[in-house]
Amino acid sequence: MKAALNARYSSTEQPTAYADITGYNNFYEFGTGKDDPRRNAHTLRPRPWSVTISGEVEVPGTLTLEDILAPHALEERVYRMRCVERWSMVIPWVGFPLADFIKRFRPTSKAKYVAFRTLHDPKQMPGQRAGWLEWPYVEGLRIDEAMHPLTLLAVGLYGRLLPNQNGAPLRLVVPWKYGFKGIKSIVAIHFTERRPPTSWNVAAASEYGFYANVNPAVDHPRWSQASERRIGASLFDATRPTLPFNGYAADVASLYSGMDLRRWF
Amino acid sequence: MTVTQRYRYCWKPLVFAAAIVPLLSMLAGIFGIAGQRLGADPVEDLLLTCGKTALNLLCLTLAVTPAAKIAHRPQWLRLRRMLGLAAFSYAVLHFAVYLVLDRSLDAAMIVEDIAKRPYITIGFTALLCLVPLAATSTQRMMQRLGRRWQQLHRLVYPIAILAVWHFYWQVKRDVTEPLIYAAIVAMLLGWRLWHRRRRGGPARVTSKSGLATIPGRT
Repeated sequence: MKAALNARYSSTEQPTAYADITGYNNFYEFGTGKDDPRRNAHTLRPRPWSVTISGEVEVPGTLTLEDILAPHALEERVYRMRCVERWSMVIPWVGFPLADFIKRFRPTSKAKYVAFRTLHDPKQMPGQRAGWLEWPYVEGLRIDEAMHPLTLLAVGLYGRLLPNQNGAPLRLVVPWKYGFKGIKSIVAIHFTERRPPTSWNVAAASEYGFYANVNPAVDHPRWSQASERRIGASLFDATRPTLPFNGYAADVASLYSGMDLRRWF
Repeated sequence: MTVTQRYRYCWKPLVFAAAIVPLLSMLAGIFGIAGQRLGADPVEDLLLTCGKTALNLLCLTLAVTPAAKIAHRPQWLRLRRMLGLAAFSYAVLHFAVYLVLDRSLDAAMIVEDIAKRPYITIGFTALLCLVPLAATSTQRMMQRLGRRWQQLHRLVYPIAILAVWHFYWQVKRDVTEPLIYAAIVAMLLGWRLWHRRRRGGPARVTSKSGLATIPGRT
């Protein structure tokens, strides 16, 4: 996969090992254990693939993966990823800005939010037979978050095609938010005037908000979010402080100016 | 060999050897011995291994009396202290990993955790309650405390409930595993209630000859 490094938006930290990025995953569609996705995701068929674009746009439609990728130059972006469970990684994604993709469909003035949906097919995603979450997995962003230059649609990592367990063939990456916002194996993108439901918020509204911005000052009701453990770090050096907006505050804090981040967690 | 000799030279060393297997496997993982490796999140791995081993040993400790009773093998009670102390040791290790590796000995953060995070409060309470049990586990303390020893050691029942609750409460979504532990602890405590009601007194183990034995005597 050819992708030039975008240094402006890339972290200079040491990326997490490929084996850890592809072997330690939360992807409940393939089981709730961290190594379940790697073991079980072989049943997913990421090609052929298509994505339906609908709602408040001038040019809705269904695009094949090839149609989606054709006009975009792929970039490499090394992003920090902070899971709501207090662990973090540094991942060299390959993808393109979601904003460039969205512009192709010309959203109308009513497009205030973007809703995403994962494939729903228990044959390919056996974890969907268990009821830990409502299926299909859904996520959403405010349109200005979706149009932010940091927000990425990823199709690969470490210069290779995205492995199934990481959300092949197309997934969202929003580096200043907790990892669960990064919806995987996307089949539908819908533009809407109303805030869309999001899976973890539906599952436990008091614990997981719509915004889910990484914030060391706002605890999860059951655990502190002030620190995190870096995957692959040495045993005595794994714990480090969590940064506001996962260290992307200079780029994104202005999106939330005037908002009470305790209320809108 | 007498029963005492069999236990001293055979069964107790075997139980001890089995109880330190998880510890040895963690050490092998930390130092990369024999191709062992901790998981991608090594601190979480150690926390889980210590915590679950403590819970497993606690359940085994609680299973000794019902098993000995049902099988008419009062001599099994001789293994109970070692199992209980092993459970306590892994609980202490679990707490030490949390303090040193997860919290980097940050006192303010630890105090806040214990005060504000219910699952940590519960786990910490269970550990505190285990301390007097471990401290009074010697033959001397048993003799000194007499009847009160047994009363004190009934603390292990609420400890088991707190330990499972601690596990249940920190799981993000998939509670299958803590529910399995809850079912096991419910059976172990339920058996005692049932037995007590049937006999109109606390569970005692009798040998085939019908003689009562002193619980915990080794």
